[in-house]
Amino acid sequence: MINQNWILALPEIVLAICAMAILVFGVLWKRSNPSFPCAMLALASLLLAGVLALSAPLGSAYGGLFAVDHFAVFMKLLIVAGAGLSLILSIDYNVQTGIDRFEFPVLILLCTVGMMIMASATNLMSLYIGLELQSLSIYVMASFNRDDLRSSEAGLKYFVLGALASGLLLYGASLAYGFNGSMDFAQLRAGLTSTNPPAGLVIGIVFIVAGLAFKISAVPFHMWTPDVYEGAPTPVTAFMSTAPKVAAIALLLRALEVPFGHLGQSWTQLVVLVSIASMLLGSLAAIGQTSIKRLMAYSSIGHMGYALIGLATNSQAGIQGVLVYMVTYVFMSAGVFACVIAMRRQGLALEKISDLSGLARTDPMLALAFAIFMFSMAGIPPFSGFFGKLYVFYAAVQAGYWTLAVIGVLTSVIGAYYYLRVIKVMYFDDAQPAFDARSPSLSFVAAVGALVTVLFFVFPAPIVNAAQIAASALFG
Amino acid sequence: MTTGTVTTITPMPGGISMAVGVGHYLVVGAVLLLLGVFGIFLNRKNIIVIMMSIELILLAVNINLVAFSASLGDLAGQVLAMFVLTVAAAEAAIGLAIVVVYFRNRGSIQVEDVGLMKG
Repeated sequence: MINQNWILALPEIVLAICAMAILVFGVLWKRSNPSFPCAMLALASLLLAGVLALSAPLGSAYGGLFAVDHFAVFMKLLIVAGAGLSLILSIDYNVQTGIDRFEFPVLILLCTVGMMIMASATNLMSLYIGLELQSLSIYVMASFNRDDLRSSEAGLKYFVLGALASGLLLYGASLAYGFNGSMDFAQLRAGLTSTNPPAGLVIGIVFIVAGLAFKISAVPFHMWTPDVYEGAPTPVTAFMSTAPKVAAIALLLRALEVPFGHLGQSWTQLVVLVSIASMLLGSLAAIGQTSIKRLMAYSSIGHMGYALIGLATNSQAGIQGVLVYMVTYVFMSAGVFACVIAMRRQGLALEKISDLSGLARTDPMLALAFAIFMFSMAGIPPFSGFFGKLYVFYAAVQAGYWTLAVIGVLTSVIGAYYYLRVIKVMYFDDAQPAFDARSPSLSFVAAVGALVTVLFFVFPAPIVNAAQIAASALFG
Repeated sequence: MTTGTVTTITPMPGGISMAVGVGHYLVVGAVLLLLGVFGIFLNRKNIIVIMMSIELILLAVNINLVAFSASLGDLAGQVLAMFVLTVAAAEAAIGLAIVVVYFRNRGSIQVEDVGLMKG
């Protein structure tokens, strides 16, 4: 008889075993450079984990440390998708940059295990372990190009600030534990019957929110984002802007809604402030940027601000909005970074916006894909980015948060300026020499991203319905 | 579940006795946390000092957890403290590795030299 705990955690267990097996395989493989076979095996493991996550039974395991509900399954699939797309992006980039070492796919797999634990964590202890497994892997990946000063500096900055954020989160967790007597989310909720929580607990919640706000790079914990995005190898940047963001949002939603959902008045103000600040900074600070990677960093700060609107409403419709927003964001973001990695001339990686000049004449398909992602990020219909914004703004209006919705619309108009500027540079500026031929992996990821972005409005129902079921799992 | 106790009577010179409760441990924890945070933000010298500050923060958390665990009579806090110790070791290993990689490229680990990219 197989233990029920093992069945529920099967995707994570299988993925962890696969990661270790691939590590051993990479060491023993002597015939050629093991990085390509290892990447393929890692992709297969991610696929396997995705299938297992989809088919896993629902329930709670390990004495309440770990739960599989519709919310967790939804987030896990999105995490696996983001990790898989970034892994595909890394294959050719790593060869061209000379960092094609087989540890890279292994790190992505371990990071994915951590993120899946985050999505399922229903206890402060599993929350912390998942978060650290994810963070430690990303510290190493950010400095993966170890002969490059910028990459190692990015890793160093991310490590110092990330460790600080983990420490603050943990301090908050210790206060929440001490003032309530339990680490379990359900017991935390049961213990908090009064609407007037003890001060120590509120301080604990503030620390937890601060630590998670760092992980999703929301203002005022965003300082690391532009530097780390710029310095890290581009596939790692793509990875950081997709899967870990989803996992941190999942954790934030669950850690606020399940144990503290009925204490909304003690944390929604905080989330509202963070959300407004992120939207404003994301749209204003991006205007002067010349590097496309820094532009995307500020763009991701802004996007997290929009996603947080849904959380600030503390309602099921708002959470559904966040989930739809994250789906659209992951695919747009992976697609944009596929285009950024394709910016390569005579073997040199380019990252200035001006390098895109006249791309529509030299490479119309790439320019078209780039334009689709930029329109979608700006929130222009009929692309998916518009619907993500629509759902969160609608939830905000329904919940009476007019200010948030109005500020959100205004900042998206400001943000549209710098997204449209990229399109203007590609379509109306003088043509420059063509880029090097794209590798098929980049075309594949860009095509997947573009298809999801364009076709979302034709078939929104599966994603929207799944998001609704997932959101109701948090409120059930 | 029995309620444990962290209260001990500490005789002071002159016959004054003072009870050490969970509040005192929390104060120590908070002071260590503040030292750690200020160590990261005010330190303008060396990255190794920053790593020591991170360890201070984690130790502050551990003091909190163990004190709460004892006063609540609940073992979960001590279990988490063990996890924190383990993760702190892994974090220090990775952090030092990154610092070594950075030193090889830059030839310095002074905080003021970490500023190639400016936001």
